[in-house]
This record gives sequence, C-alpha cells and structure tokens, in this order.
Amino acid sequence: MPIAAALLSVAGLAGVAVVAPILTARRLTSATPVVYGASLVFTSVLLVSGLLGLLGGSAFQGVLHLPVGLPWTGAHFALDPLSAAFLVIVNFGAVVASIYAIGYGAHEEEPGRVLPFYPAFLAGMNLVVLSADAFGFLVAWEFMSLSSWALVMAHHHEAENRRAGFVYLLMASFGTLMLLLAFGLLAGPDGDYAFSAIRTAEHVPWIAGLVLVLMLLGAGSKAGLVPLHVWLPLAHPAAPSHVSALMSGVMTKVAIYGFIRVVFDLVSEPAWWWAVIVLILGAGSAVLGVLHAVLQRDLKRLLAYSTVENVGIVFIGLGLGLAFKTNDMAGAAALAVTASIFHAFNHSLFKSLLFFGAGNVLTGAGERDIEKLGGLVHRMPETAYLFLGGCLAISALPPLNGFVSEWLILQAILLSPDLPQWALRFLVPASGAMLALAAALAAACFVRAFGITFLSRPRSPTAETAQEVGRWQIRAMYVLFGVCLVAGIFPGPFLDALSPVSQLLVGGAMPKQPIVPHFSIIPISESRSSYSGFLVFFFILMASWAAIRVIHNFASRAVRRAPPWDCGFPDASPATQYTADSFAQPIRRVFGPLAFRAKISQTLPPPGDMAPARLNLTLRDLVWEFVYAPIEGAVLYAAERLNILQFLTIRSYLSLVFAALVLLLVLVATWA
Amino acid sequence: MERFSLDAAHLLAGGMVLVSFMMLYQNRILGLLNVFAAHAVVLALSVAWQAYVQSAPHLFVTAAIALILKAIIIPVALHHMVLRLGVHRDIETVGGIGPTMLMGIGLVALSMVVMLPAAAEADPIAREDLALALSVILLGLLMMVTRQNAISQIVGFMSLENGLVLAATGARGMPLVVEISVAFSVLVAFIVIGVFLFRIRERFDTIDTQALDDFREGRE
Repeated sequence: MPIAAALLSVAGLAGVAVVAPILTARRLTSATPVVYGASLVFTSVLLVSGLLGLLGGSAFQGVLHLPVGLPWTGAHFALDPLSAAFLVIVNFGAVVASIYAIGYGAHEEEPGRVLPFYPAFLAGMNLVVLSADAFGFLVAWEFMSLSSWALVMAHHHEAENRRAGFVYLLMASFGTLMLLLAFGLLAGPDGDYAFSAIRTAEHVPWIAGLVLVLMLLGAGSKAGLVPLHVWLPLAHPAAPSHVSALMSGVMTKVAIYGFIRVVFDLVSEPAWWWAVIVLILGAGSAVLGVLHAVLQRDLKRLLAYSTVENVGIVFIGLGLGLAFKTNDMAGAAALAVTASIFHAFNHSLFKSLLFFGAGNVLTGAGERDIEKLGGLVHRMPETAYLFLGGCLAISALPPLNGFVSEWLILQAILLSPDLPQWALRFLVPASGAMLALAAALAAACFVRAFGITFLSRPRSPTAETAQEVGRWQIRAMYVLFGVCLVAGIFPGPFLDALSPVSQLLVGGAMPKQPIVPHFSIIPISESRSSYSGFLVFFFILMASWAAIRVIHNFASRAVRRAPPWDCGFPDASPATQYTADSFAQPIRRVFGPLAFRAKISQTLPPPGDMAPARLNLTLRDLVWEFVYAPIEGAVLYAAERLNILQFLTIRSYLSLVFAALVLLLVLVATWA
Repeated sequence: MERFSLDAAHLLAGGMVLVSFMMLYQNRILGLLNVFAAHAVVLALSVAWQAYVQSAPHLFVTAAIALILKAIIIPVALHHMVLRLGVHRDIETVGGIGPTMLMGIGLVALSMVVMLPAAAEADPIAREDLALALSVILLGLLMMVTRQNAISQIVGFMSLENGLVLAATGARGMPLVVEISVAFSVLVAFIVIGVFLFRIRERFDTIDTQALDDFREGRE
C-alpha cells in the first residue's frame, strides 16, 4: 500500500523535525547532513509511492481512514491519480533540494533556525496532497504555511526579511481563512467534511461560483496570482536558497493542487464564466510577473517574479480546461489540463535549478545583486552552464521541457474557435497572445539574468574572487537539468502518465503518445500538429557538429599579426560594461509608463557645481498602491476609531456586554 | 395537584420578577437593600416549593442557604456598611424610572420569546421557570448597567445570581457541592467587594464609580 508507506514517511519527516533541535542544540557538525539525509530518504519513499500511485493504476491507489485528529470523524487520506501526480512533483523537488542542501547547508550560519523546520515543511506539503477531508487539508495547509514562515524568518536579523515574514504571515492567514470559508460552503450546513461526501453533494450554482472565488483568493494567494502575489517576491528570496527553490518550485504547486482539487474535482458543476475569471487572472499574472522580473536587480527576486509568471501560465491552462470541460469537449479539456500539470512539473524542475544556481552564486560570490556580479562563467563554470540550461528551459526554447508544455497550452488555445460562447472565443486567443508575450519577455529576462551574472567582466571584487561550490550542489543541479532534458526530448511518457489525472478531472484523456516515429507528441490528432523534441535535439546536435567541423576544417590556421582591438572599450573599468538596467531599459520604455507609471527625472547641477548630474527613475507598484494601500488605510482608520474602546468606563463595558447579550437573544428569538 | 403545583411555582417565580422590577426603581439605598432581602426570601420560597414538588430534599439546603445568606446575612452586612459609609441619605438618580421600567418589560418579553420555544420539550415547570429566571438575570444586568453607586451595582449582581439559582433549581437542581460552592463564592465576592468599597472610599471620598472613571480618564 503506497499510501501507508507515504503516511509513514510523512510521520518520519515529522520525527526528523522533532529530533533536529536536539542535534543542533549539541552543536554537532553532522546535524546538517543527518537531517537532510533523513529528509532525502523519506522524500524518496514518498516519491516512489507517488510514482506507483500514478503509474501502477488502481492497485496502488486507495484511501485510508485513521482515528487521529478530530474525535469521531478521524482523518481521511487518499492517493488518487491527481494526488499521486502532485506527490511526484512535490517529492522530486524535495529529493533534489535535500541533495543540494547537504552541501549548501554547510554554509548556513545558524543551522538551528533552518534544520527543524525544513522536514516539517516537507511533511506539511505532503500532507496537503494526501489529505482527503477538509479538516486535514486545512490543518496541513496551515502547517505548511507556518513552517515555511519560520524558514523565511531564518535570517531575521535583516529588517527586509522581517517585513517579508510579516507580509507572508498576513497573506497566508488570509488565504487559509478563504479556504476555510470555501470548504464550509462546500460541506453545507450539516455537511460531511470528507472529500468523498463533498464530491457527491449537489451544489447550488451561486454557491459553486462563490467557492471558485474563494479558492482563487485562498489558493491563488499561496500560488502567487496577481494581485495576491505581493508576499511572494518578498518571502521566497528571504529564505535560504534550497528553501526558496522549494517554496517557488513546489509550494506554489501545492496551492495549484488545492485549486484543481476543489474546482475540478469537488465542485459538482462548473459554469463557463468561471473560465473567464481564471483566464484573465492567469494572463494578467503571466505578463505582470515577467514584466516585474525583467526589471529586478536581485537575482532571487527576479526568479520569484518569474514564478508569478509561470503560475499565470498554469492558470491559463486551467482556465482553458474549465472552458472546454463546461462545453463537454473532453479531448480539448484533457489537453489543457495535462499541459497545465506538465507545466507545473516542468516549472518545479527549472525553477529549482535556477534557485540552486542563485544559491551557488550567493555562496560562491556572496552577492545577489546582479549589477555587482559578472564574469562568473570563468570562476564557476559548472554552475554557469547548468544555470544556462535552466534559463533555456524556462525561456521555453526547444528541445527543453518548458517549450513542450507551453506549446501544448498554445495548441489548446488553437482549439478555442470550437467554443460556443463568444466571450471565450475572444478571450482565449487574447490570453494566448498574452502567453506569447510573457514567453518572449521571459526569454529577454533570462538572457539578461544569465548574461549580466555570468558573462562580461566582474563588476565587484567579490565577483572577481568567486569560488565554485561543492559537489553536492552541482550534483543536484545535474539531476534537475538531466530531467529537464529528458522531459523535453521524450515528453510522450510524461503525458501518458498524466492521462489518468485528466480522466479523473475532465473525463477524457489525450491520445496515447506513440514511440515511433521519432518520439513525437500529438496533442489532438496527427493531422493537426505534432512535435518531436527528439528530432529537434538531433538536428541541433547535427548542425552544431557540422558547424564545428566546417570551422575546424576550412578555416585558415595561418598566424596573423594585427593591432589588438579593444572591443570598443578603451577604458578597462568594469563599470563601462553593459549593465542590467541598461539591458532592461528598452522593455521599461515600452511597458513602464503603463505598468509601473515609470517616471524619469534628471537633476543637473548648476554651472560651477562639481556634483554629478543624476537621472532618477521611479517605478510604482500599482497593485500595492491600488489594492493594498487602501486596505491598509482602512484598517488603520478602523483601529484608530476603535481605540476609544480601550478607555471606556466600567459601566460602559457592562452596557456593551449587556447590549451584545440582548442582541444575541433577539437574533435567537427572530431566527429560531 | 399537578396543576396547583405548577401555578404555585409560577407565582413564586413571577414574584421574583416583580421584586426585580421593584429594585429597578428604588432610588434610596436602604430601600433597595430591603427589596433585595425580599427578593432573596421569594427565591428561598420558590426553591423550597420546587424541592417539595420535585421531592428533592437537597434543594431544601439550597433554599436554606438562600434564606440565611442572602435574605439575612448579606442585607444586614450591607446595611451596616451603608451606615458606616454614611451614604444612607444619598439619593441616586436612576436615569428616568419610566424608560428603565419600559426596558425591563422589553427584556422580560424577550426572554419569554427566546426561552419558551427553545425549551419546548422540557416539562412545563422547568420551561417557564427558565424563562422567568432569564428575566431575573437580565433585569439584574440592567440594574448593574443603569446604576452608578457601587453598592447598587453589587445588589444588581446579587439579584442576577439569584436568577441563576432559580434557573438551576427549575432544571432539577444542580449538585449540592456546586450549589454550596456557588454560595460561598458569592459570600467571598461579597467580602472582597466590601473591603474594596472601604478602600475606594478612603482614596476617593466617595463610592460613586464615576469618580474612579474620572481618575483613569475614562470616557462615557
């Protein structure tokens, strides 16, 4: 029974979390490898259980009812194709992060602030995926939030991290509250909170619609949908890098799992207008996320904003799935949902890879600001090439995996003319255009991130003396890049593995992907479109080989003597190089006025003054100004008004109690 | 006999509500203490009648406690206290007898509306006793809210506690241990409050709680 093994491993992770403080309290240097090694073992078991549940069919799936938790109801757990798929996503990321952390954790100054919470965080995420009743789901969700909050606060000496932790805690409680309300609505006044009972219950359309909105607020705030993403670019970079990789690559997927579970599985009948909301939010997140990412100078924050973009892409796919599902187009819905989940998996791979790269840069060069980096390709060659691989994958370039899933989502978008609703027929191609825009901007963003960080000459002394990191970190990154490459070249088996999931969610599946010819994948039918990552990879290899041969064989080897060219840099100072800001400037020029109200002002010193002329750029975060600032103002205003309650007389307090009692009695009298 | 016992129980419980109303408009402290003693006497009678009807002998103990403690010891002690404090000639502005009485009537109506359907399955004695007891509790609270003098507020609190005892006896009584401990806690509360009253007067030269609020800059 994989589910029993999975739950035992979760218990094991919890046990490691309990033991970890004892180990760290004794200041053992072996605490770090022991804790991460144990996490590695347990998450490997969970990964295998997930794989068995996904590939092994119903023999390896099942439900389990344990008499823990709430008295009389107990706790329900289930392993079905959907939870198995996300178990694989979560634990693959966790396994690789644990490998990475065995090396990376040695650089941690205060391991006692990270080690106990790391396995607890993993246990929480796994429990969310395995839970099959609302109570267990919410408890696990909150456990996941709190343990990741503790990890965000690991370096709480920096004021920026404390602020990140506060905003994160606030948004996480808000999200859990929304989920609580959603499950309350789903279960009804006398309902059963087990998922199996919710699934069979009938839901009134307006209640179902309200559940969708609450899920978008609750799961969407955890996943990082715009405008609920504000905590994400603060909190994800604040954690240690392997935890950043888990939060960005894996925890957002757990949130997506929650959304899929409720909206596709538990709610009885979706309506077509749901797709409109999801598509708009997804497209907005994709474009706004990547626009922010292009402008960031902090490498980890850049990656966090790129997570917002990729979550948007996943939600575009889910919106498409909803649109097709409500119109009984099972094949198209299966394509959209499969592409979404595949993209979620791919994103967990390359985002972890990139965060690991950022972690290497942080430990090797001691800097996250890319304006102070440069030239690292010479000092840290392996990190550089692996980071480049991650950049290629996230930029959706063939033959890597990012291209496959985004191409599949675009294929689903091309099916939109068959939809009966005009709103969707207009909106879906528009979101396709946004997706294409986001993909193009992502490419620009990662050309900038890689080029400024690793190429050119070092911009600071720390970058000049950077050191390559240890073997564990590099090994973990090789594993991730290898899977990225395999998933890009042979995507067929991955898509086949997801067919039970789409069968469960939308009642249809993509066609079985053929091995011959050339490992190509077929989204709908062979006559429409197909793609073979293998052929593309093969041609890239052949073309590169041919080019190398041609240059080696036919180019002249004669020695020439000529005056050296200074490459246009007569001044050898690194400050004369192209900077990250200058690279982003064209994009800022185009989108800045609209998306950020960008303003450039210049101050010229008066004649005779020796001060330098300055160019000041101000970017405004409109989401913060128009959504959060008014809420903050309202809360402060209410607090100011209610402050008077602290200074009432005893008699007034008694009167308040009395009035509340009478009011409640009146309510009882009128309602009963 | 069944009918008569029910009517008698109603009469006694209704008498408590009536005495509560009488307390609401007493603006002289000594008069208020006398009415409070009457309140406790009616409570004792009511509990004793319940003990007889339900043939529950331990309720006689409750009735005895009510009679001795609340009808005799506490009013007498309060009487002495008032005399020693020298406030027995004070006339307390109750804030308009008419509106207070109207509010009280509204509260009694509310408790009837709430309790009668809520306890529809209970047997008639318990049901109507509960409704009347809730009225007594609400009237006690109303008194605590409308009075400013600390002694009047104590009396309001004590009458509220009488209402609780009435409710408990209606519902087949509470265990004797609980009953006795409640009685003693009331006594202790009484002693503590009495000590505090003298301390307050020592500091502020008055037992008008408004003075305390003025001191801590409270706002109405």
